[in-house]
Amino acid sequence: MSNRGNGRREGDGDQGDLITPEILSWIGRSDPPRRLEVTRRDIMKYAIATEQRLEKYRRGDEAPPMFLYDAHQSLTPIEALRPDGLWVDTLLPELPLTRVMAGGIRHKYYRPITAGDRLVVTRTLTDIYEKHGTSGPLIFVVYALKVEREDGEQRVLVMEETRRRIFR
Amino acid sequence: MPRLSTHTLDVGTRLAERTFEPTAVSLFLYNAAIWNAHRIHYDKAYTTEVERYPGIVVDGPLQGDWLSQVVTEWLGDQGELVEFEYSNRRAAYLGERLCSGGVVTTVDQAAGTATVELYIKNAEGTVISPGRAVVRLRA
Repeated sequence: MSNRGNGRREGDGDQGDLITPEILSWIGRSDPPRRLEVTRRDIMKYAIATEQRLEKYRRGDEAPPMFLYDAHQSLTPIEALRPDGLWVDTLLPELPLTRVMAGGIRHKYYRPITAGDRLVVTRTLTDIYEKHGTSGPLIFVVYALKVEREDGEQRVLVMEETRRRIFR
Repeated sequence: MPRLSTHTLDVGTRLAERTFEPTAVSLFLYNAAIWNAHRIHYDKAYTTEVERYPGIVVDGPLQGDWLSQVVTEWLGDQGELVEFEYSNRRAAYLGERLCSGGVVTTVDQAAGTATVELYIKNAEGTVISPGRAVVRLRA
């Protein structure tokens, strides 16, 4: 875990001081739950785009493991997108570094996602820390996502995600 | 395909490699599918002049997807993915030839599970996106 006082992590070596207490105060905040309806057509589009070869994915019967990537994003009007084309994430403090790189993901799967599923995604900002890379400082922002399927009045856990975004 | 079982699966078993050569069209379709307008995936002038990358960037999560496919194709209907993770360590650019693959690193017969270390390598053989998966094989 990061040292909440200055955004540093043990054992990370050379680091800066880009992360302020105001930035750290965002840790623990959550988005409002977002509802998604999974369609066969969306699964099929994703399967084609990612060159899936298993029929269950190509037919749209079941969603591939990475299908929900970025599915929690708010659908932003074109005029409101960032200059780099990305959507404006309201669960992100203003950072001194703004260029975004993919970081990585960890998933735990509990049930397959299939066409017709009505999902609820909740997201929490769980950590912010700084490292010094070969080309300069980097800020890592970590999110935890929980994906549940609405089953009548019940919700059943489908998937959990830990996701790192990197700012340079 | 021989039946997969933790009783017969050996540590060191290699999963089939696959080569990917993303194109402008395939990157466009992927970014459309995930609704991503990040200009580093299609706007070469912006990508090279503003963000200072040497070329159009291949999406990190697309490489993550290709890592997951190493496992899902190996499993077929004989098991299920329980955990999956990857890290984008180095960027890849449009025009590169990338290779995905994996190797079984642990087998737990009692739990019926196995762990697979995964990789995306570039043409130089450097692992640019390592990953790891835990699978449960059907009894």
